[in-house]
Amino acid sequence: MTRPKTVIIRYTAVNRINHWITAICFVLLVLSGLSMFHPMLFFLSGLFGGGQRTRAVHPWIGVLLLISYLGLIIQFWRENLVHKDDIAWMKSIKYVAINDEEHVPPVGRNNAGQKMVFWSMTLLIPVLFFSGLVIWEVYFGAATSIPVQRVAVLIHSLAAIAAIIIWVIHVYAAIWIRDSVRGMTQGYVTPGWAWRHHRKWLKELAAGEHGKPTIRNRP
Amino acid sequence: MSDLQSQDYVRRSASTMTPPSARSHEDQVAKLIDVSRCIGCKACQSACMEWNNLRPEIGHFEGSYENPADLGPSVWTLMKFAEYENEQGNLEWLIRKDGCMHCEDPGCLKACPAPGAIVQYANGIVDFISDKCIGCGYCVKGCPFDIPRINKKDHKSYKCTLCSDRVSVGLEPACVKACPTGAIMFGSKTDMKDWAGERIEDLKSRGFDKAGLYDPQEVGGTHVMYVLHHADKPSLYSGLPDKPQISPVVMAWKGVIKPLALIGIALAALSGFFHWVTAGPNEVTDEDEAQGERVLREAESEKSS
Repeated sequence: MTRPKTVIIRYTAVNRINHWITAICFVLLVLSGLSMFHPMLFFLSGLFGGGQRTRAVHPWIGVLLLISYLGLIIQFWRENLVHKDDIAWMKSIKYVAINDEEHVPPVGRNNAGQKMVFWSMTLLIPVLFFSGLVIWEVYFGAATSIPVQRVAVLIHSLAAIAAIIIWVIHVYAAIWIRDSVRGMTQGYVTPGWAWRHHRKWLKELAAGEHGKPTIRNRP
Repeated sequence: MSDLQSQDYVRRSASTMTPPSARSHEDQVAKLIDVSRCIGCKACQSACMEWNNLRPEIGHFEGSYENPADLGPSVWTLMKFAEYENEQGNLEWLIRKDGCMHCEDPGCLKACPAPGAIVQYANGIVDFISDKCIGCGYCVKGCPFDIPRINKKDHKSYKCTLCSDRVSVGLEPACVKACPTGAIMFGSKTDMKDWAGERIEDLKSRGFDKAGLYDPQEVGGTHVMYVLHHADKPSLYSGLPDKPQISPVVMAWKGVIKPLALIGIALAALSGFFHWVTAGPNEVTDEDEAQGERVLREAESEKSS
């Protein structure tokens, strides 16, 4: 396999740090949240030092996640705006699934699937945050009535399940589309990766539409 | 209460396996509170504090005989006073001893996420095993009677134990022992129902033709029952629920959603795995790299020309 000399910066250091803070918070929230959701998973509370500590720490991680994800929204909302190309991409989803990207219309910086992950989380994380506040017993236990809290806890569970499923899709897609993970760890992708998965974006880059420093020598 | 006896559980919170229940040859017990005989002296409240070593903080006078103002982590039973003007225009003072009803199908236990933090003994008593409580407040949401209260200091939930420690050694609950008028009785649930039947007959003969027993079947019956002179309108008694039931929202959350969620997450992960096994990874080829390099090179030469 040829080793390209030039690579393309896909995510800046700020992008990556912000992404991984979000990711760590999300994983911790999934583990602590599931321990309080299903008895079979209560053992996960041991990872946090027991049930009391899990209950105490979970909402604070949630606060951190919201702040962190707001950073991601600020950095990524523009490139995730829905475009009419996205509909064409969605229609060719069966070719995407079988890795036959020659039958998929050229994709810009993000494809419709990536945008779906972004906007789903952008919706779900604030829903989780606010429904979580209502059931944060220590500080807001008396702020709302019990019937409101019952609804909040149901919404919180449903939103969490939806977010976990979206997250599974996100993680699998990163593993499936090889070398994507490197884009978010070391920050760069190869021209071949861009050609294969985001051809329109590559052409925009080549035309200098995204500024010069995005293309550099391989580290 | 402490975990005095752990081999006669019929229900155990957040447990998917059968709880230890070998020593379950016990009568179902019940406390019968005859509202029509209560004089509102609060001896039961004092006895509860005394036996359980509870000392709620001294509050303020709120313009009511109710004191303290509400149930709390250290207030497990509370006399509630309601003034009711009946159809004849006469004032009735309806006094009710509030506290845990010890439901046959307890909403608190259903909602609790901590294994073994809430248990039900074979005699029907619902008890909080406090060292296992994580302080999440789910029991508060599960309860149809608004009973459990979370202590802000130790983050544990508390409520009436029906003096499970006394009952386990053959004594009646402290409130029963203290009651000077015999308004609070304790015994097997069948005996208490029989006794209630006699009381209701007596009340009916004295003009309370709506008198009846409060043993709501929506929660499978309760192990604390009331004789009410207005059994058709329990809500007259400081908001005793007419039809108490575990909220359908809680039932959905703790019922279908739990298994469906795990199945959904597992399916998502398995779909990913089997996609990997069949379609396999989507790898960049040498051809892609050549094409990618070409695009960049061409753009570069265009700019320099």
